Amino acid sequence: MKITLTVNGDRYERECAEHHTLLRFIRETLGLTGTKEGCGMGECGACTVIMNGRAVNSCMVLAAEADGAVIQTIEGEAKGPTLSDIQASFERNHAVQCGFCTPGMVMSVKELLASDPHPSVDAIKEAVEGNFCRCTGYTQIVEAVTELTGTGAKGGLDHV
Amino acid sequence: MFDDKRPEELAYVGRSSDRPDTMEKLTGEATYVSDMRLPGMLHAQVKKSPHARARIVRIDTGKAAAMPGVRAIITGDEVDVHIGLYIVDKYVLAKGEVRHYGEAVAAVAADSLEEARAAADAIEVEYEVLPPVLHHMDALKPDAPLVHPDLGSYGYVAAAFTPMPGTNIANHTKLRKGDVDKGFAEAAYIVEREYDCPSVQHVPMETHVAIVQWGKGDRVSIWTSAQSPFTVRNLFCHAFGLAHAQVRVQIPYVGGGFGGKAGIGVEPLCAVLSRKAGGRPVKFQATREEEFSLLPCRSALTYRIKTGVSAEGKIVAQQMTMYWDSGAYADYAVNVTRASGYSASGPYEIPNAWVDAYTIYTNKPYGTAYRGFGHVEFHWAVERHMELVAQAIGMDPLLFRLKNALRPGSKTLTGETIQKNTGNVVACIEDAARRIHYGDLTPEEKERQKQTGWKIGKGVAALHKAPAMPPFTATAVILKMNEDGSVLVNLALTDYGQGTYTSIRQIVAERLGFPPKKIRVAFENDTDRDPYDWQTVASKGLVLSGNAAILAAEDLLKNAYDVAAQALHANPRDLAHDGERVFLRHHPDKGVSFSSMAVGLALPNGNGIGGPLIGVGRYIAQGLSNLNKETGEGTPALDWTFGAHGMIVEVNEESGEYRVLKVASVYDVGRAINPDMVRGQAIGGMMQGLGTATCEGYIYDKDGRLLNPSFTDNKIPTAKDLPLEVECAVVETPQIDGPYGARGVGEHSMISVAPALGNAIQKATGAELTHMPMRFEDVWRALENREPIDNWITKSPVGSCRSAPEARPKE
Repeated sequence: MKITLTVNGDRYERECAEHHTLLRFIRETLGLTGTKEGCGMGECGACTVIMNGRAVNSCMVLAAEADGAVIQTIEGEAKGPTLSDIQASFERNHAVQCGFCTPGMVMSVKELLASDPHPSVDAIKEAVEGNFCRCTGYTQIVEAVTELTGTGAKGGLDHV
Repeated sequence: MFDDKRPEELAYVGRSSDRPDTMEKLTGEATYVSDMRLPGMLHAQVKKSPHARARIVRIDTGKAAAMPGVRAIITGDEVDVHIGLYIVDKYVLAKGEVRHYGEAVAAVAADSLEEARAAADAIEVEYEVLPPVLHHMDALKPDAPLVHPDLGSYGYVAAAFTPMPGTNIANHTKLRKGDVDKGFAEAAYIVEREYDCPSVQHVPMETHVAIVQWGKGDRVSIWTSAQSPFTVRNLFCHAFGLAHAQVRVQIPYVGGGFGGKAGIGVEPLCAVLSRKAGGRPVKFQATREEEFSLLPCRSALTYRIKTGVSAEGKIVAQQMTMYWDSGAYADYAVNVTRASGYSASGPYEIPNAWVDAYTIYTNKPYGTAYRGFGHVEFHWAVERHMELVAQAIGMDPLLFRLKNALRPGSKTLTGETIQKNTGNVVACIEDAARRIHYGDLTPEEKERQKQTGWKIGKGVAALHKAPAMPPFTATAVILKMNEDGSVLVNLALTDYGQGTYTSIRQIVAERLGFPPKKIRVAFENDTDRDPYDWQTVASKGLVLSGNAAILAAEDLLKNAYDVAAQALHANPRDLAHDGERVFLRHHPDKGVSFSSMAVGLALPNGNGIGGPLIGVGRYIAQGLSNLNKETGEGTPALDWTFGAHGMIVEVNEESGEYRVLKVASVYDVGRAINPDMVRGQAIGGMMQGLGTATCEGYIYDKDGRLLNPSFTDNKIPTAKDLPLEVECAVVETPQIDGPYGARGVGEHSMISVAPALGNAIQKATGAELTHMPMRFEDVWRALENREPIDNWITKSPVGSCRSAPEARPKE
């Protein structure tokens, strides 16, 4: 079947198999591999993209369901060679380790800040609860958001 | 090296610096093996055993072979190859007998994933189901079925391991120090308890994945999500009888490892399929379910400790018996057993010690390295035991720890004398305790307790670990100067997220005197290009590769000075340099730029001198020795990193629910090369430790089928599981032979989180937890004084990971 959708501002019209997920369509048909697959079952959030303004697990959406949708993936986050504010804050706050959860994590944070520019720590934790990260222990991710929104400071290591 | 530099003498080391890999990772540009597709690439799927133990009677691949898109099918009978590092006990595909649920018995490569999956489904396997041996303690019984009847014929590293053919014991590590009988006879108190923990999954967010092309003329190219390119190459060449020059291993960005990708994984499977498919590249990526059951996990442990204590609270004797459940294969588990055996007491001095540590085969998915390499599991036992012994003898657990902690002059279990520069566990324990106001509740805590009715408790647990590695472990680093005077660093230590490359860049910058932005560490590892490194494991990377990086920088500078000396007609002794040029110390305006020398200096008349500037640094661990196999005596430790956690928890005594209010972690890292990254390792490991402490674990049915191979039933901590407050601190007792005094801390953050939690829960409620994880129902059971149930081999899975509800005011 043929679907038409907008991804990161670019319009695509492509054939896709009826059983293909949006994740697979984005990665394999469009070649946008920044979005990752961590479980394929809607549990880990590595495949999070923004679809019509809402963060979704793209492994749980059929490509066919995205016909006509407006999608943003991690590839659309930086403007030209410059990181977005969210990305820059992730960098400053060491919120990235292996990087595999990072694209999905950034998408979830983006959706949160679009609706709540000054979220509480609890709201941040709630927003990224569906994004598993095995490396960072989340603290520096939460700090990246609070430092960006001016509600918290960069964390530090104490020297005894 | 340079351990005596004061912080103010250092420009880059000891200061936070951005990671060089964040731009790629934050933009989606970083390419992982799971993102790669090669021309003509086939997709592989495996047929897996639904049984824990069965004889393979017949495999019929006829139907599958005739299906569309299928290019190769392979079964165990066609691949007579054993693979392993420490004990060579595993076939590429099961042959004759399956030994665990989820083990691969056949594999397919096809044009598409769907075609491969359909063909794998169509393979028919007839099994004769055999009774499995599931619990490792059952596997020790005389009538237990043998998981490996051929154990006696396997190759193994004889200097380090002792398999016991005719039993299920893959290795027996012994340690004998002093006279335990005499020690126990003199003891005023003797306390004996048993502790255990189940198998758990590493859960890297990128599952195991490889692409292999077995080209014409037996040239093999491997792209893999792995930790150790040279180990993959070496084991691969040994298994298939190939020359090392024929095999190339490349590792791009890796989505997490945690030890699960330390050795060789799915590469041989892809390789045999590629060979059979005429050399087309074959990709296999494990599903999340396969990550749990086809690929390795962390071994379960039962640990019995008997401790004799003097009337003054000094430990006088300790007998320690570890039973490690390696599952169906024991390649790495034997070394986990060995490393745990020689560290078995935790950071305490035991004058008379007796250790027996057994690696035991069972019919379950197999164990391997996992962050901490056994120390997370056995510290659970040791640090709960210290608490329970202290309680039994009526002494405060913190004082009991401090009284017995290793100090300068103490002897470790293997007979090594702790020096002042070895590190300071006492300072770590004291600081962790101070940070949680150990021993008392603050007025705010008392008020909170009154409001919620949940009991608040505080606990401390200490830790130590040395890198578990061969005593002659080596590495090398090569620096190459680019035309513009910037520097490229090549090394085969991989950075799969832990951030070592950032630290290596800072070390190179410091020694060269160049700003870090002029230093690039090449991220994609390649055995055809990079100098050798043993493995990226054991928290040894920063120390060994950091030292090699310093030596490489010195070599590069020496080579540059030699050229500059010729150009300036000067003695190299009279030269100095900055980030741009080498100059005469007495006439700084007379100099020659690094960029002009980078690829050979052209003199004004066109004559050339020098040549491309490179620096080579080689480093091998020094002064370490094999351990005596009867007594354990020897010097196994490159360094000891000590640490401690303090934990505050509030517990609902009626339901067993609890919530972690604060964790304070303190490590003696020697020197924090990059404080932000030390903190990242500290918090990341602490949360992984909380996962192990609170909820993670493999659950099997009585036939050995894994019941929870998914995130639905085997959750890991999420952001909502964060403690309300997290503090990290470092003590800095420089490691004399560490780079700028540093020692590793990658694994240590995960160790002793669980016992700190258990100790805090006990302080709050009196619950004596000896089984990990501590799910709410486990706490409730302990409070109700009910026997813990064997949750791990059961018909009815119980327990799941979930966040504690916010403590509510009493109604």
